[in-house]
Amino acid sequence: MFPELNNLLNTTPDRAEQGKLTLLCDANTDGSFLVHHFLSFYLKANCKVCFVALIQSFSHYNIVGQKLGVSLTVARECGQLVFLEGLKSSVDVFFRAQAEPHPLQFLREANAENLQPLYEFVREALKPVDDGDAAWRCPVLLVDDLSVLLSLGMGAVAVLDFIHYCRATVCWERKGNIVALVHDSGDTEEEENNILLNGLSHQSHLILRAEGLATGFCRDVHGQLRILWRTPSQPTTQRDRSLTYQYKIQDKSVSFFAKGMSPAVL
Amino acid sequence: MAAVATCGTGAGSTGSMVAAGSKNNVTSFQRRGPRASGSDSSYSRLVSIAGTRPSVRNGQLLVSTGLPALDQLLGGGLAVGTVLLIEEDKYNIYSSLLFKYFLAEGIINGHTLLVASAKEDPADILQELPAPLLDDNVKKDFDEDACNHKTAESNIKMKIAWRYQLLPKMEQAGPVSSSRFGHYYDASKKMPQELIEASKWHGFFFPEKSSSTLNIEPCSLTHGYIKLLQFIQNTIYEEGFDGSNPQKKQKNILRIGIQNLGSPLWGDDICCTENGNSHSLTKFLYVLRGLLRTSLSACMITMPTHLIQNKAIISRVTNLSDTVVGLESFIGSERETNPLYKDYHGLIHIRQIPRLNNLIYDVSDVKDLAFKLKRKLFTIEWVQDNYLRQERNIYPPGFSYLLKQKDSAWGEGSLQHSTFLMSFLAKATAFASRLVRHSEPLEQTGSGRALQAAGPRLWRDGRRQEAPGLLVTPP
Repeated sequence: MFPELNNLLNTTPDRAEQGKLTLLCDANTDGSFLVHHFLSFYLKANCKVCFVALIQSFSHYNIVGQKLGVSLTVARECGQLVFLEGLKSSVDVFFRAQAEPHPLQFLREANAENLQPLYEFVREALKPVDDGDAAWRCPVLLVDDLSVLLSLGMGAVAVLDFIHYCRATVCWERKGNIVALVHDSGDTEEEENNILLNGLSHQSHLILRAEGLATGFCRDVHGQLRILWRTPSQPTTQRDRSLTYQYKIQDKSVSFFAKGMSPAVL
Repeated sequence: MAAVATCGTGAGSTGSMVAAGSKNNVTSFQRRGPRASGSDSSYSRLVSIAGTRPSVRNGQLLVSTGLPALDQLLGGGLAVGTVLLIEEDKYNIYSSLLFKYFLAEGIINGHTLLVASAKEDPADILQELPAPLLDDNVKKDFDEDACNHKTAESNIKMKIAWRYQLLPKMEQAGPVSSSRFGHYYDASKKMPQELIEASKWHGFFFPEKSSSTLNIEPCSLTHGYIKLLQFIQNTIYEEGFDGSNPQKKQKNILRIGIQNLGSPLWGDDICCTENGNSHSLTKFLYVLRGLLRTSLSACMITMPTHLIQNKAIISRVTNLSDTVVGLESFIGSERETNPLYKDYHGLIHIRQIPRLNNLIYDVSDVKDLAFKLKRKLFTIEWVQDNYLRQERNIYPPGFSYLLKQKDSAWGEGSLQHSTFLMSFLAKATAFASRLVRHSEPLEQTGSGRALQAAGPRLWRDGRRQEAPGLLVTPP
């Protein structure tokens, strides 16, 4: 959790909003620092988190999480975090036929139609626990990232359906949040990715877009972050609020500053 | 060597942390923090694998790619458990050389090799590996090389182009002993036969294996990729690289080299048509990465990305690989005649470096890198004098120039910029008789403007004033 980003988004772990879909997207740069931020943010906010991590291994998120002040192993042991490690499970699914449907079942199939097993997994993970000894604040689904699902053979429509089902269950029914990362290649040839990105942009309440600098690589400014607040359900009578900041990623935090006001320049 | 035991679990203290909690898997992503009292055995065990070293930034275990210069650009080496993707150059000359360096490094370090190719028999590939350069043989070759090398000039403290001095120096080639992390290879000699025979390797030659049957239900992967994945998984499991065989006493690294992945020889048609089987290669890479993350292995893949018709696949493949390096050779391109590149054979682009266990990553500041294969060695250098050569094209020699200062004609202006430009124009002190002004303001007596307009007045005491930043005049 980066305190500066919390200030920009005007949230704290105590006052986290509910029922929101946040879209993270990155273009020409690596936006995974945003995923680490939201993971630690929601764990500190005492929410039950289901993390579908398709790109990196558990230890990667754990080590970075420790730098940000949360321990994923502890969270997983006490039930606050349900972690689906895509890379490890893919090996199991691919080489051995599973008895029951596995969330990554589509890896074995030639033409997987939909992501229903994955949705069932998410729904099961974020089911409200009735015994009530550890009442978590609200369920949160975190996906890193959705573009990998396109690379693995799912169509954009299937992924949009999956997010729609998750939204109905997590955001509307259980008043939770969803955070998903999508890569933006910026290339008009990638039609599926553009469909996915446009579709999700219209559904989301908050869009965080990390872009590389247009002038190329810079050692002191790693990129630019655009924050866009939207109200997808109501017609926009007023303009959506948007802010742009530049950032530099450091070892344990990310510092944000207004455009052109990098401390290295001033 | 002590037997493999579970690393200290439960305690959240620093030391090693096992990635997979349930099994006794020892993966490569272990944190090497300060040695806690309990869990020191795993630390020493992992560090003692030959040919590896922990990264200084995040404690990640690294192996050498076979090219110390490339290791330096990648932040110390290739992390165990990751994929290095080499985008092949147009005629697959230098990428196959990098491939051989990778395998040769494995043989020198005693790692197990897995060589997969659809074009050449792995046994033939191993016969063609370059020989390592050891201490005594070639010391005199390096000495004469160093004399001829023009970087002798750069040892002089740069007065003009002082910004260039701040850039990191590329590691120069030198003879090394076999216990060092990276080794140098002589591309003109072959690796000695006894070293190859002493090494342990597994070969996958696709035309031989294509006839056997599949025992996996058909998914969208092509036949070749499925067989290759099964072969890799069998090797990892049987040799115990995933920690599944606890009786193994000495841990080792498995180096996987896959050549020309994605080419039509593997049965994939992404290089032939635009609407081919577009998910086969990406699914293969995903499952391969899953295998690598759960075992002590590192993989180098060369891929002819310049042939892939659908450009969206290239960006997907890049996102699914950890480290991506692109090679671009000058053969047959217009850059062959460009005087800027006359010493080099091609450009090397570091397209992606992973952020492993960290928010930040080691990225080199130097972006324009070129390689050359000279005198049996493959070196990577920053393409120097880029700015200077471009400037020289704008200001051809033999003319005289009047440089106007930034604010006023006789004011201070930007000392460094103007002296930089001036110095290089005035390199051979044959000044044209007209005014090549340098920016140091002279002492003004009386009405300065009239005084400084006349040329000969530059020579104040009969001797020319030594202006800062101007090159020293030869006697």
